[in-house]
Amino acid sequence: MKKLTCLGLSVVMALSLLAGCGGGGTSTPSTSTPDASAPSTSQGTDASTPANEEISGAVNTDGSTSMADVMAAFKESFEGLYPDVTINYSGTGSGSGITNALAGTVDIGLSSRALTDEEKAEGAVENIVALDGVAVVVNPENTITNLTVEQIAQIYNGTITNWSELGGADAPIAVIGRDAASGTRGAFEEIVGVEDQCVYTNEYESTGEVIGSVAGNPNAIGYASLSAVDESVVAVEVNGVAPSEATVADGTYEIQRPFVMVTKEGAELSPAAQAFLDWAMSADAADEIEAAGCVSPNA
Amino acid sequence: MSEQSLRNPSAPAGRKGRNGGARPLESVMQMIFFICGFIAIAFVLVITIYLIISGLPAIREIGLVDFLFGQEWASTAEEPKFGILPLILTSVYGTAGAILIGVPIGFLMAVFLSKVAPRRVAAVVRPVVDLLAGIPSIVYGLVGLMVLVPFIRETFHTAAGESLLAAIVVLAVMILPSIISVSETALNAVPKEYEEASLALGATDIETYFRISAPAAKSGIAAAVVLGVGRAIGEAMAIMMVAGNVANMPDLLSSVRFLTTGIAVELAYSSGLQRQALFSIGLVLFLFIMCINVILNVFLKRDKEG
Repeated sequence: MKKLTCLGLSVVMALSLLAGCGGGGTSTPSTSTPDASAPSTSQGTDASTPANEEISGAVNTDGSTSMADVMAAFKESFEGLYPDVTINYSGTGSGSGITNALAGTVDIGLSSRALTDEEKAEGAVENIVALDGVAVVVNPENTITNLTVEQIAQIYNGTITNWSELGGADAPIAVIGRDAASGTRGAFEEIVGVEDQCVYTNEYESTGEVIGSVAGNPNAIGYASLSAVDESVVAVEVNGVAPSEATVADGTYEIQRPFVMVTKEGAELSPAAQAFLDWAMSADAADEIEAAGCVSPNA
Repeated sequence: MSEQSLRNPSAPAGRKGRNGGARPLESVMQMIFFICGFIAIAFVLVITIYLIISGLPAIREIGLVDFLFGQEWASTAEEPKFGILPLILTSVYGTAGAILIGVPIGFLMAVFLSKVAPRRVAAVVRPVVDLLAGIPSIVYGLVGLMVLVPFIRETFHTAAGESLLAAIVVLAVMILPSIISVSETALNAVPKEYEEASLALGATDIETYFRISAPAAKSGIAAAVVLGVGRAIGEAMAIMMVAGNVANMPDLLSSVRFLTTGIAVELAYSSGLQRQALFSIGLVLFLFIMCINVILNVFLKRDKEG
């Protein structure tokens, strides 16, 4: 009985190997065209179940630590759809994710910022899988509920130091932020345009501590991933737009960043990696993206 | 085999049999002791070597003077700066402040427990002090964050209460138990005759405690202070919650970053030279603690001789 199972399994594996090779041979180099052997998930997942087993292997991804939640949700669902595929993720930072994708040491690089023109010139292809809004939060006691990006920048670079300058109470502003290595801090400072100019009152090593600190201090202003904001703090409107999934998706909320899967132009992905990328870019992954607290641009 | 030799020695009452049976066990146990002792030394050695190996490259790249005396820490800036003088000074000031507050209170408490308090009161207070030593540091941080930080913010009208002052107060409370218990042990060890002689010459109780007992126990009390310094300088969790963690030059009411919190705050997402520099901070901290341990040993040795 055991022998039979073993035999059966090895036959299946051998077949899937062949199928994988065949798929690889016929696929086009362009990353945006779905692989011939990859099941097109938009045509209904129930019909493609047998085809799912034809794809196997490991997909190595590497990069942005901010994408850990999204990748965990992706991994769980995708490995459910494709039982023979393993998704590996290691959080090393956006920069190293892009570098590794260009060097070909990983299948897919992960970046929590848009690619620069320089990186695109080197052959990096930007596949935006999700959008992450960074909310600016204040204490519920604070009367200020609307700030412009300009005002936020002035608060963070130390030009504005008292809430009364913004029409609020006469109290000093406590500027709360993340530690220097944080992806959220990097994204926030870049979008608001205060890189390396921030004058922080307090720095914390986690989003939870930022929220906690703002919740406990009426003078405080902080920033956090949109998904991490709870009712203990108030997310202010930026340029009159309240942060929400809808305003992030349509682009009217300005403080947002893309989650990017980076591939190298002209380099051929393994069938498993191609299938994973196609799935992540499709509307099917929207639930997972939402579960991870982000907004899907493809929904 | 070892089980047999364990049982054998107790079975025969005769001296001969006992010695004969115990010998293999003796050497086995000796080996076990040796190995255990060696493990402790090995850990110290491995940690030391590891810290030196991983801490030196960044110092070499940044330059020792720029690293130790640079006034700006901006590890991820376009042009990163890795000066840890603010961190070193914060650690030194913070520890000094904690000692300044903690030692007088701790010493007087020890005198109270050792000499003044009625036996019953001391029997209640002592376990409470021990309990204070057992409270996890994060709980100190939490209480500091919920009580002390808002208090400082409202009293001094600062933007945020997280400050060097808050850290000093939290550290002072945290070092109290070790100062109290070590000082008390030293005071208890003062020979009764000294105090009795003093009292017989007409000195009051209080005069005797401060003029006779305390000087006689001074090296033990000094050891308590050094122990407190060691605990204060190595603490990270509690002060990370109340110090604000911005690498400013230390000021009593501003947010500051200690050597310990400097590592803890940035380690998780750090990479490259930044991560190496964090190890270098660890090396500096390690050297600080080594110095403190050497000083402690000197005091303890003198105590034994005295």
